[in-house]
Amino acid sequence: MYTQSLSIPDGEAKGPRKVENPDYLAEFNAKIDAGGFIEPKDWMPEAYRKTLIRQISQHAHSEIVGMLPEGNWITRAPSLKRKAILLAKVQDEGGHGLYLYAAAETLGVSRDELYEALLSGKAKYSSIFNYPTLNWADIGVIGWLVDGAAIMNQIPLCKCSYGPYARAMIRVCKEESFHQRQGYDLLLQMMKGTEEQREMVQDAVNRWWWPSIMMFGPHDKDSVHTDSARWGIKRISNDDLRQKFVDATVKQAEVLGVSLPDPALKWNEARGHYDFGAIDWDEFWSVVGGNGQCNVDRLAARQKAWDDGAWVREAAIAHAEKHSVRQQQAA
Amino acid sequence: MSEHDITRAEHIEYVLRLADNVLILGQRISEWCGHAPVIEEDLALSNMALDLIGQSRLLLTHAGELEGKGRDEDQLAFLRVERDFRNVTLMEVPNEDFGRTTVRNFLFSAFQVLLWDKLSASTDRALAAIAAKSLKEARYHLNHSAEWVIRLGDGTALSQQKTQAALDYLWPYSAELFADSPVDAAAAAAGIGPAWSALEAEWEALVLPVLAEATLVVPARTPFKSFGKFGRHSEHMGHLLATMQYMQRTYPGAQW
Repeated sequence: MYTQSLSIPDGEAKGPRKVENPDYLAEFNAKIDAGGFIEPKDWMPEAYRKTLIRQISQHAHSEIVGMLPEGNWITRAPSLKRKAILLAKVQDEGGHGLYLYAAAETLGVSRDELYEALLSGKAKYSSIFNYPTLNWADIGVIGWLVDGAAIMNQIPLCKCSYGPYARAMIRVCKEESFHQRQGYDLLLQMMKGTEEQREMVQDAVNRWWWPSIMMFGPHDKDSVHTDSARWGIKRISNDDLRQKFVDATVKQAEVLGVSLPDPALKWNEARGHYDFGAIDWDEFWSVVGGNGQCNVDRLAARQKAWDDGAWVREAAIAHAEKHSVRQQQAA
Repeated sequence: MSEHDITRAEHIEYVLRLADNVLILGQRISEWCGHAPVIEEDLALSNMALDLIGQSRLLLTHAGELEGKGRDEDQLAFLRVERDFRNVTLMEVPNEDFGRTTVRNFLFSAFQVLLWDKLSASTDRALAAIAAKSLKEARYHLNHSAEWVIRLGDGTALSQQKTQAALDYLWPYSAELFADSPVDAAAAAAGIGPAWSALEAEWEALVLPVLAEATLVVPARTPFKSFGKFGRHSEHMGHLLATMQYMQRTYPGAQW
């Protein structure tokens, strides 16, 4: 998981603006224009660095918060095989969070700083995780639709201009593709089952469809202009990615035997794409703004884990210090 | 000694004990996923839960085959009632905090390393194969949890206090691991596996030095007894099963 194509400003940085060196800037721009990678030791404009920190950390936070809705079903998974698959999936998300934080750290911030920004509400995470997981089919639908949308968003990032982020995304995308197939497989199995199982799948699809297509962010015409495209961070527009996702998903829904909750969804021969209905952007902004069903609970869960773990982290540091003093004394 | 010294029921019970220990602890540890003190531990605990659940699947499948009534791993995990579970009570008590989880993982992993090592020479060849695979995993769990016991015990005053409290709570339950039973005697006689009581001295030799390094005081043994492996569990077990078995109980016969 799980970017959403929405980079929400975390507030203006304080302090003097760094003076930008025009020669370095020309070199930087030339490298980007030639499709090259910027590496941590390379000079980069301050705004580029800040944009990346914000985007990569929001992505990392999304992975970590994203462990919660799916983690909600680990102890209740209906078979041992499904329990193991789900545990491994949620563990992968934790792993993605870890190496995305590491990628952000190459830009001169610490994981603790970033994490505190998440807990204080200053930094955002993908608002898809502010929806609840209400039945077991939600686990399959998250894999199919939410991971599916995330993959569409993230594949272009494998070629983004910042080397550590691009490399992290290659691994993330491979694992996400696997998760998506597992999610779809879970749903196929349920659709072959009882009437109750099929109802669960349809119920989950009805709840997750619109939030999933909102993951691509506002329409291009409503998007705040950023330098991300010029810098090679964002390569494909929100609407193009969303269309690609809808086109791919409609056929998968047919194979599965579920309906998608949009009466306006139909093939447009002239465009060569599916048309779909109007997205409820009021809901989207409301959830982004903190009013989704789970915003409060998700952050409270992260805060509790952080607070409950404080003594453990302090113990680890204290022990490491004692250990190093003892080694010095022994030397 | 030969396999004739053990009844089919005793053989199944011995395997179910192994299976239920790892299943129930795996279920408990999986509760941590997403809630650990640092991401690295989220990953490590998930990994351990995955290993244990993987072991339980192999063992339950084997128990089902020995039984010969067509019960698979899921029927054994999700459709048995509380008194038919054979895990020691130590596995089912709540996680409470990272200290208790870590100390439990340490005490149990040390036991498992010894047990799997012996079981890899079992006359039950399927069990021997499972043991050889699981031994590698248990060694990792032991190293990882032992390091944390030392860090937490010999960390801050608060962590020392919490870890000591965890040990004080868990230690009485550890006695059950070594309680003798006819099943143990029969398994040992048939070469299926050791009587668990025979592992106590080795277990202490593995565990006590780490606890000492962690500056923890080992509680004296008390008359307290728990009986999970004989099917008499704590009050916690029913709640754990209510959660774990919810889907299979609610939708009987459904395939997932």
